[in-house]
Amino acid sequence: MDVASHTVTNLIIFVLALYVGYHVVWNVTPALHTPLMAVTNAISAIVIVGAMLAAALTETTLGRVMGTAAVALAAVNVFGGFLVTRRMLEMFRKKERRAAPPTAAGAGS
Amino acid sequence: MSINLVTLLYLVASVCFIQALKGLSHPTTSIRGNAFGMAGMAIAMVTTAVLIVRLIDDAGTGATLLLAGLVVGGGIGTVMAQRVAMTRMPELVAFMHSMIGLAAVFIAIAAVAEPHAFGVAPRGAPIPTGNRLELMLGAFIGAITFSGSVIAFGKLSGKYRFRLFSGSPVQFPGQHLVNLALAVGAVALGALFLTSESWPAFFGVVAIAFVLGVLIIIPIGGADMPVVVSMLNSYSGFAAAGIGFSLNNPMLIIAGSLVGSSGAILSYIMCRAMNRSFISVILGGFGGEAVTASADAAQRAVRSGSADDAAFILGNAETVILVPGYGLAVARAQHAVKDLAAKLVERGVTVKYAIHPVAGRMPGHMNVLLAEAEVPYDQVFEMDEVNGEFGQTDVVVVLGANDVVNPAAHTPGSAIFGMPILEVSRARTVIVNKRSMAAGYAGLDNELFYMDKTMMVFGDAKKTVEEMVKALDQV
Repeated sequence: MDVASHTVTNLIIFVLALYVGYHVVWNVTPALHTPLMAVTNAISAIVIVGAMLAAALTETTLGRVMGTAAVALAAVNVFGGFLVTRRMLEMFRKKERRAAPPTAAGAGS
Repeated sequence: MSINLVTLLYLVASVCFIQALKGLSHPTTSIRGNAFGMAGMAIAMVTTAVLIVRLIDDAGTGATLLLAGLVVGGGIGTVMAQRVAMTRMPELVAFMHSMIGLAAVFIAIAAVAEPHAFGVAPRGAPIPTGNRLELMLGAFIGAITFSGSVIAFGKLSGKYRFRLFSGSPVQFPGQHLVNLALAVGAVALGALFLTSESWPAFFGVVAIAFVLGVLIIIPIGGADMPVVVSMLNSYSGFAAAGIGFSLNNPMLIIAGSLVGSSGAILSYIMCRAMNRSFISVILGGFGGEAVTASADAAQRAVRSGSADDAAFILGNAETVILVPGYGLAVARAQHAVKDLAAKLVERGVTVKYAIHPVAGRMPGHMNVLLAEAEVPYDQVFEMDEVNGEFGQTDVVVVLGANDVVNPAAHTPGSAIFGMPILEVSRARTVIVNKRSMAAGYAGLDNELFYMDKTMMVFGDAKKTVEEMVKALDQV
């Protein structure tokens, strides 16, 4: 029997990941939708993996220039995305500490 | 390091990304979630770096270039993340979408130029047709994401005089025909690239996508930007997934589709909150209907009062709900509002904040702005949670919000009929702070302002609320 082609395997992964994403994202509390957007920006910067291969493994000038530029662009998101998300989430946490005494009893969630 | 080990480590990174999103289900778990995300990214990048070192004997030039890109980009990203004002988050997010889009285009170009470097095809051999299609799709979505996000960024910042960056929709006759013609052209050139692997065809597709991205976003008005930002979020994810398909990298596909579905869900939520259809957003070209403002608006009488009057009413209330709109953030009145709420809580008043999904310029924006002002998140409630409580509320204070509290949403035939609103008009007393009687984004008159139970307090939100806080001491 032949092995399924790359494209078909990739399609299976794609559909299953969409399914996971759908369920995980509906569980995100609406209060954190802005941090969600910032962190997804950082996560989509995973293309940096492809960019790294392009920068290091290509031999032509075109390939190298494109790869290096792509690494820089994606790195903006990797660092910017995660750091700005953390900055926002810290703001939510500060409040949690201050409000801790009155809510401590009912904070089962 | 074998390719199997590399792929397994990529799997670990993918699971970390899912954990990062899962953590956002509650503020207490969110920081740990974000740490998972960072860990996942670190695993992915280190694994790739090791793989690169193993693959080539002389890593010199390539590694230097790679590090240079990393340092420059990382530095810019770090500085931006630290400096950006929370009111400017939508612009930052739009900017970051454009980075992903352009990076995807660049990677696709590199992959078409040297497919053997990515293991897509043996050296000298043509790219398999499947990968050609995937590369083209990745580059196409990436290019649309880039140019669309640049326009969205301009519209959101509202600082530039450039016509395409203005908040008002840009429309011209035959707009949809032009878009259709460009799409057909892209498909034709795409087919040419699929069969011949021709460079000009590939660049043609990318160029058309850049133009299309601009054309799709310019007819959309400034008020609809929350939907646009979410939609571009989704596009940027699918661009990443497209690159994953073409490089046969499951991790990129997983991360990309997580982001893609996240953006799609957020756009759906925003559409529902603004009473728009999802399809019309995806296709673009909305928000341009000319809305005629009602002419008799200026003639009708409203009951207006001073900040002192408002403070007196608030001082005698038992339950108060604050409804902040974007006007509040524009006036930078979040801290003043927090002080007002703290004063009321001190007096034994129950205070809640009610947030409409489109209160800010992007999903969840108002929550972040309140969190920045150190408003405890357990006082902040979403529309669905709080809507049943307005009937038992003594006083509602509406600050810089208009359409989201307009009871016209219940009147068939109204432009916003069917839009979910905060049922403010059910409260016993409503205090509305606005700068003037000007209509909201929808250009509609608001019946709420003319009700007997409503008192209008005109003036800048920050000044008015500060006056209320002061006056509250004397009540």
